[in-house]
Amino acid sequence: MHMKEKQPIAPTTPVPAASAAITAEAKRKKPRAGEARTKDSDISRDSAESAPILAMSQLENIQDSSDGAIDPNREPKMSANGVDVFYGHKQALKDVSIKIYDDLVTAFIGPSGCGKSTFLRCLNRMNDTIPSARVSGRIELDGEDINSTNMDVVQLRARVGMVFQKPNPFPKSIFENVAYGPRIHGLARSKAELEQIVEKSLRRAGLWDEVKDRLQESGTALSGGQQQRLCIARAIAVDPEVILMDEPCSALDPIATAKIEELIHELRGRYAIAIVTHNMQQAARVSQRTAFFHLGEMIEYGKTSEMFTNPREQRTQDYITGRYG
Amino acid sequence: MKKRLRSRYAAERRFRLLGLSAVGVSVLFLAFLLFTMAAKGLGGFTRYEAALPIDFAKTDLFLDPATLRGPDAEQAVGGADIEGAIARSATDSYGPAAKEMFGDAAVRSLTRAIVRNPDMVSGTATVWLPLASNLDVAAKHGGDAKGEQLVSRLRAKQALRSRFNLDFLSASDATDPSAVGVWGALKGSFLTIMVTMLLAFPVGVFAAVYLEEFAPRNRWTDAIEVSINNLAAVPSIIFGLLGLAVFLNVMHLPRSAPLVGGLTLALMTMPVIVIAGRNAIKSVPPSIRDAALGVGASKMQVTFHHVLPLALPGILTGTIIGMARALGETAPLLMIGMRAFIAAPPNGVTAPATVLPVQIFLWSDEVDRGFVEKTSAAIIVLLLFMLLMNGLAIYLRNRFERRW
Repeated sequence: MHMKEKQPIAPTTPVPAASAAITAEAKRKKPRAGEARTKDSDISRDSAESAPILAMSQLENIQDSSDGAIDPNREPKMSANGVDVFYGHKQALKDVSIKIYDDLVTAFIGPSGCGKSTFLRCLNRMNDTIPSARVSGRIELDGEDINSTNMDVVQLRARVGMVFQKPNPFPKSIFENVAYGPRIHGLARSKAELEQIVEKSLRRAGLWDEVKDRLQESGTALSGGQQQRLCIARAIAVDPEVILMDEPCSALDPIATAKIEELIHELRGRYAIAIVTHNMQQAARVSQRTAFFHLGEMIEYGKTSEMFTNPREQRTQDYITGRYG
Repeated sequence: MKKRLRSRYAAERRFRLLGLSAVGVSVLFLAFLLFTMAAKGLGGFTRYEAALPIDFAKTDLFLDPATLRGPDAEQAVGGADIEGAIARSATDSYGPAAKEMFGDAAVRSLTRAIVRNPDMVSGTATVWLPLASNLDVAAKHGGDAKGEQLVSRLRAKQALRSRFNLDFLSASDATDPSAVGVWGALKGSFLTIMVTMLLAFPVGVFAAVYLEEFAPRNRWTDAIEVSINNLAAVPSIIFGLLGLAVFLNVMHLPRSAPLVGGLTLALMTMPVIVIAGRNAIKSVPPSIRDAALGVGASKMQVTFHHVLPLALPGILTGTIIGMARALGETAPLLMIGMRAFIAAPPNGVTAPATVLPVQIFLWSDEVDRGFVEKTSAAIIVLLLFMLLMNGLAIYLRNRFERRW
């Protein structure tokens, strides 16, 4: 396994400059990840199944062209059409249209301040909490307009869960953190049922084995990576259909990041996942489809493998090769 | 470069010295306050008592031990001329100069002794009774020649002793300084502060929550914010005038009652609680709000499940400050009539009462020398009361903090 990791990525198809840059970058980073793995026996023990995905890294995704390809007749889970967002008089997003599909991870990449987080927050109306923000355009969840008066925002956020940039567990016990969502939505009829939901969520978030003996301890006492997985457990406890992740790894170290990425892979089959990331390697590793944002516009959207190997737009290529951003 | 470094270190040293001297000055002031208070006030908690042999056969009390054992004992003793009996016994034992040796406090003590032990009235007994105020002062600090003479005579006969004055804590205001106590004022203070707290805390907290979490940001809320900030700085006497105009003249609530005092102080305390509450709510990290909203909590659930519990320690701190200020407030209570002479402790929020700070103010105005140390003693009681309440509040706050 280690040998495989350290092997340089050998693309089967002719690789443009963009992909070569990633490969070079990946090569530099690889030994560190391998080192981490040997130290941290948890990963290899807990998730033998998903380890290869990590090990093969972005190459796997780039080569696997079937994954991100979309049948044109397939119904999207969420779709945005001509979305504009204004903060006061400043336009943060210009005419963004994107479709997000079940069972796929969609990554939003782009330089800081390009509007990718803003767009993500539109998808579960978190921008409602910012008084100066104005959203126009149509965003649908299963064909329903989420901004219509028929759509209850509380219900929407239960269906479209969110994980934030900085781990933000409630300053309560680990159990209470996960149980909070099911409790306010009345998902559990008894205490036993609630405990079941909590265990299931923590298991799915890959945290159960680490915390099962200390569920009553404070959630804030966990390490950063564990906190973020707790937040993911909290989000999936209400059984959402879509999970939005706003740079979930930006405050974490490489080991914790690896665990979260692994987790994203495991969650992929159950939820539609949209992830904002600064880290292009991460986008390549975890996503099947990628959207590139720049200055409030969506420049390019398509299969991750194509985006990284053969971008259609010059700006995308410039960003991917590290010319700006 | 080196010179610059040296000057920077020198500046730091100067600053530390300045800070240290500032702390030193305040510690000095505090020590001075506590020392003078203790030196003057501790005497107020003790009193001199003199032994008085009473031959009940010679007095005109006409008390029957049988009635004294019944339920009307206190009434029976109260109807008798205890004061005359004491004066006669005193002149019999210590000469005509001792006619006014005992005051109201002695009457109260003897009455209580007789009720406790009715058999006493059928024979002779020697009882220790508190001295009149002027003799008490003479015994403690020296007074006029006549008084000192009498005191030294009592001392020679070993008929003088100093005892802790429990009556000071259990009695209420009186005209005779030997008989005064702080209980009435303490109870009045407690009732008043209760009314204040029950009104100001919930109203202040809800106002803060609404303004911070729910209110739209517009000209109206800005105006409200400015007015609240100004209200917190309004002199307290003006709140007293407002209370007088609104609660007494318009609403016709009872004069000098803890209810009105509490309402007036609540008006004064509310802005402080609102400001402290808003700051505490503001300091709750927005990430917690996002987290709760993200799992589908409604605005109200976010506020009451997460924001308010996290802000509570801060809100409590503000409340403690506000309450401490209200507890020590005098001026507005003078305006609504709480400066009246009230000899009985209040038995409800609508009964006439006074509060400790006002009591201190009233006693400090008295000409009788006996009131000087009573005033200081009352100040000590007030400070202890405040310390107790603050300690309780801080304890509660810490418990809340640990739970989260």
